[in-house]
Amino acid sequence: MTRLSLSAALNSGLRHVLEEDPKAIVMGEDVGPLGGVFRVTDGLSKDFGAERVIDTPLAESSIVGTAIGLAMRGYHPICEIQFDGFVYPAFNQIVSQLAKMRARTAGHVPLPVVVRIPCGGGIGAVEHHSESNEAYFAHTSGLRVMICSDPQSGHYLLRQALACGDPVIFYEPKRRYWEKGEVSDDLSLAPAFDRAVIARQGSDATVVCYGGMVATCLEAAGYAQEEGRSLEVIDLRSLSPLDLDTVCASVRKTGRCLVVHEAPGFAGLGAEVVSGVTERCFYHLEAPVLRVTGFDLPYPPAKYENQYLPDADRVLAAIDKLLEF
Amino acid sequence: MTHDEHVGDPSRTGEPASLLAPDGALKTSSETSSEASTEALWDTSLEVTAELVRDLYRWMRLTRRLDSEAFSLQRHGELGLWAPSLGQEAAQVGSITALRPTDYVFPSYREHATALVRGVTPAQMLEQWRGISGCGWDPAALHLHAYTVVLAAHLPHATGYAMGVQRDGTDEVVTAYLGDGATSQGDANEAFNWAAACHAPVLFFVQNNQYAISTPTRLQMRTPIHQRARGFGLQSFFVDGNDVLAVHAATRQAVSQIRAGGGPALIEAVTYRTGPHTSSDDPTRYRDQAEADAWASRDPLARVEKLLDARDWWTPAWRLGLDAECERLGADLRSAVQSFGPVELDGLFDTVLGGRSALLAEQKAGYADYVAAYEEVSS
Repeated sequence: MTRLSLSAALNSGLRHVLEEDPKAIVMGEDVGPLGGVFRVTDGLSKDFGAERVIDTPLAESSIVGTAIGLAMRGYHPICEIQFDGFVYPAFNQIVSQLAKMRARTAGHVPLPVVVRIPCGGGIGAVEHHSESNEAYFAHTSGLRVMICSDPQSGHYLLRQALACGDPVIFYEPKRRYWEKGEVSDDLSLAPAFDRAVIARQGSDATVVCYGGMVATCLEAAGYAQEEGRSLEVIDLRSLSPLDLDTVCASVRKTGRCLVVHEAPGFAGLGAEVVSGVTERCFYHLEAPVLRVTGFDLPYPPAKYENQYLPDADRVLAAIDKLLEF
Repeated sequence: MTHDEHVGDPSRTGEPASLLAPDGALKTSSETSSEASTEALWDTSLEVTAELVRDLYRWMRLTRRLDSEAFSLQRHGELGLWAPSLGQEAAQVGSITALRPTDYVFPSYREHATALVRGVTPAQMLEQWRGISGCGWDPAALHLHAYTVVLAAHLPHATGYAMGVQRDGTDEVVTAYLGDGATSQGDANEAFNWAAACHAPVLFFVQNNQYAISTPTRLQMRTPIHQRARGFGLQSFFVDGNDVLAVHAATRQAVSQIRAGGGPALIEAVTYRTGPHTSSDDPTRYRDQAEADAWASRDPLARVEKLLDARDWWTPAWRLGLDAECERLGADLRSAVQSFGPVELDGLFDTVLGGRSALLAEQKAGYADYVAAYEEVSS
């Protein structure tokens, strides 16, 4: 075990992948000598060379598009999209090409491509640098969507993402890049990549969250404990496919469920969780399943984001409603 | 007149290089080198033999037969759609036959000659147009990618594949086919620039067939494609796309330069989409019959027939043999559509992801239960 920031834990994951898989390639804007704007690829080009850690032209569509071609040739590319809001130029390549190639060729052309995207707000960034766009990709069949929440999940999931052989949209909550935690690099200890994990056990209500919101919900659960309320916090990790088994097992135990995410609520991941829980656990529910999400606004200028983003207080206010219902 | 309509019309910016005139006259080596002085890269070293001309002609005839049969099958309701290759046989055959069978090819969706030459069977060819699969063949086995319908999306794929070839240290050349309309797409411009920046071993073969569905080239661009290519840092060729020998020579030369490490290239082959965009299109709404008639006099097959006649390079027996081969292809296509059975949805759930998916497993099982219950009720 080593104490690492999320950025360093991801870097360590990439290092493992490059060492263990000779076909692995890291590619994106400024991922070479600079080490990426969040330093996730720090030192990799020095150690693995410019042929395997590629500083690409500034063109997101072609970052994903050429990664598809490299994958067809037998390579295993891990692309970096520099910021969440810059992924839209690559939308066609991801949704119409990367996601569909396996199905449209009846399984002949699998594409083991990972697209890493720093996501979410909370760092005071300028516009287009704080978005949570996971629902677009979760809505697309043929993609796996994963999101890490802390250094350990980042390290494990990133290595598992490339090994799984399917196209993966891999989100990294940028507000958590510099938070540290203990990291094991023993992959045999990792939970399955498509399973949610219980981040904190509890008995009064289930709080389903992911990415940057996991730390927020754990903080809220700590405050709730002081008030004698026991919250079970579930970190989804895999947004598509969703691990409803783990979620529903918890809800059957607690009878109450709250879903928390940064992204706008309308047609978001939370709606899918609510639907899944309601269908499967209807007779166990003591209250309607509630959501705490970002508002249905364009992501606001930085000075508003503390009001825009769900925080522990908003989570606790929703818990009050949920428990008092 | 709000702007100079002549600017950007490639047919008005100099003649494309050619070897075989519409009247069947084969230019001599000295004629082509002087004519092509504006095209420094144009190489006239192609040895025009009876065998080569007959081979190219055979593939063009087979392509035309495939195209007409498939179009008829669409009209009979056997195919949902067909995108005809009629008139573009020289551009397609001349280029695909200049590649090695192991050179990976990314077609757009009208390059039926590339599929024929690469050995796609009639049944495999029709699956996508019949609506029973997204691609009828195994792309890796034939070194021929699935047709790409979102225009230019396959150009970054070809470029990336070529980056892989570079890393493998082999001498393969990757070829991507596109049309004039596709050159307006962002992905095309990204791929041209990216390939040049990476010195990737890729050839972009543009069939400028004058129309993007109904929109003529002059509304699509101000600078001709082969001129833009140079701005990106691509080697550039400009050829008569209805002249199979010129296309073959230019492609051979481009591919040989790329194979030798010369970097990526683009060929603009000027041709004409004789038929509609697809079986759903009606060209009479946007182009004059006079224009189509003028292009008919430049038919890619007719000029080769004149050459074969003039040189006495074919025999009646050979012609009859080819006629019979074409009819067999037509019959094979007809029997292929008869061989297709009904489709079953459940197989589709298994090809979306390689690994497990609880969601898909649940939906597949749920659908099977629904079908079983329905069958129980109806029996």
